[in-house]
Amino acid sequence: MAQLEQAGTWKAIQRRTKHGDTIFWALTLFFALVVVFLVAAIGFVIWAGSQEARQAFGIRFLFEQGWNPVSGNFGALPAIYGTLVSSLIALFFAGPLGVMIGIFLTELCPARLKTPLSFLVELLAAIPSVIYGMWGVFVFIPFFRSTVAPLIAGSLGRVLPIFAGPTTGQSLMVAGIILAIMVLPTIASISRDVIAVVPSHQREAMLAVGATRWEMISKAVLPYSRAGIIGAMMLGLGRALGETMAALMVIGSLKPRIPDSWLNPGVTAAALIASELPNANDSLHESTLILIALVLFGITLLLNVGARLLVWQAARGPGGSIRA
Amino acid sequence: MIHQIPSYRRRKTTDRIMRGLTAVATLIALVPLFLILGYVLFRGIGSLNVAFFTETYRPPALSFGGEIQAAGGVLHGIVGTFMIVGAATLIALPIGILAGVFLAEYPSNSVATIVRFCTDVLSAAPSIVVGVVAYVLIVQRTRQFSGLAGSIALAVMMVPIITRTTEEILKLVPHGMREAAMALGAPKWRLTLTVVLPSALSGIVTGVMLAFARAAGETAPLLLTVLGSNNVSFDLLRPMMALPLLTYKYTQSPFPAENNLAWGTALILTMLVLIVNLLVRWATRNKLK
Repeated sequence: MAQLEQAGTWKAIQRRTKHGDTIFWALTLFFALVVVFLVAAIGFVIWAGSQEARQAFGIRFLFEQGWNPVSGNFGALPAIYGTLVSSLIALFFAGPLGVMIGIFLTELCPARLKTPLSFLVELLAAIPSVIYGMWGVFVFIPFFRSTVAPLIAGSLGRVLPIFAGPTTGQSLMVAGIILAIMVLPTIASISRDVIAVVPSHQREAMLAVGATRWEMISKAVLPYSRAGIIGAMMLGLGRALGETMAALMVIGSLKPRIPDSWLNPGVTAAALIASELPNANDSLHESTLILIALVLFGITLLLNVGARLLVWQAARGPGGSIRA
Repeated sequence: MIHQIPSYRRRKTTDRIMRGLTAVATLIALVPLFLILGYVLFRGIGSLNVAFFTETYRPPALSFGGEIQAAGGVLHGIVGTFMIVGAATLIALPIGILAGVFLAEYPSNSVATIVRFCTDVLSAAPSIVVGVVAYVLIVQRTRQFSGLAGSIALAVMMVPIITRTTEEILKLVPHGMREAAMALGAPKWRLTLTVVLPSALSGIVTGVMLAFARAAGETAPLLLTVLGSNNVSFDLLRPMMALPLLTYKYTQSPFPAENNLAWGTALILTMLVLIVNLLVRWATRNKLK
């Protein structure tokens, strides 16, 4: 009786909602494909936009030094040199430091302090890069110029010309140090996550045969998480390569050239694009800048894909997927 | 006893030194954090007054004492940031959430793999590259720098964050809930909309807030798309000003009075970003693994 009524109502409900699942699927699929479309659009635009420059210069563009917008002679080598040097300096400082912080937070830190300290380290990543640049210009550069640079120039500078010279403060070295601060939280938090998933039986086995805690870490934990740590450094490097504002404000130099010393101003690819694109002289100039963007995008993409393969799920988690 | 064996002493010393070094490393990381936040706070707080928040740009002027002063405030930056980032959020919200729903509800087909890969690519794209694309596609086509171009560029950067958070949060919703709804006869679309999404809502909102904070701090895409302006403007189709652009402009200025304004602007921007991050942290404090 009541069941027959319910059968009729159920049929009515089914009739009205049977298309719902298809519509839902189509709607979500559409917006998911928008994401794919965005990536395709980015790729297409920078590929097409750099067409003119690619035809004009070819592969030797990466190895040439001149940069003369008026005569149309462009070479990307100063930008590539500056980007690589500042990012590698950043990695030199932030890499070991980040791994040590990851070890501390996972293995050695008292449990109460772990969350607040992790939060503080990640707060470094939340600070906008223009504020790093501003702090660099007004606070760090005067300090560097008066205190650190004479030390470097006086000691290493006498031996290696790369560290020599008086400096106005704006330099590849300063950019490298500020990039190191910006990249440190990325390396630290991914290292921490990767080290945390090392199975405890590895640690216990080491301790059981009488290792000290540091020996346990260096001989059991770190080799096990080596791939993830390398992935963390690759992601950090990728972030440093693409960093625009902080580098733009502290690296100096209006004319792209390869400096004789790392204490002299230089230029990075991202900073070059940001400063010249809106005022580009002609379509070749603009196309060249887009070509530099293409190279930058390609390298960052390779680094990220490689790092993903090394790190996979260890860097993910609720809220944690934002980190990388 | 073991403690008298010299090699054990050596290993023990190494152990102590290295463990100490890791603690020192953590402290070293905190030094720049406090230095930067401290400088921004102390140098910026002097610029904060009522005029700062309610007036727009005024050119530096000579006062009676012969000093160049920069009166005026950053209202145009505050209004601009909220409008540009607000519009970006409106654009990115449906794309991000629905893409995240797709990835969580239909996870195992080949399209999902491609979409996940593209989300990773988008999140790895340097902000300058996104700015370049927005410049070429929008600014050059419309022959106009506009707030909307900046919003679109920022939306492209926000989408991967929202998508990933939504997917992760939806995957955390217990299957029992979905199965109970199915047992009651709800079709998939209905149970997702009325059962799964509401229970994941707080997580999704935190993802959107994180994306908002990130977009509010981005400067490079705005440099290429929004250009900047000296007036308070509510028109997204014209150039506007935004807080990070203002910070950059005042930093490059040769007038020390305007450099002080840069610290004040930086203080507002930092507080905005920090408060959002603190809120997110507080809201997810029970959900960390």
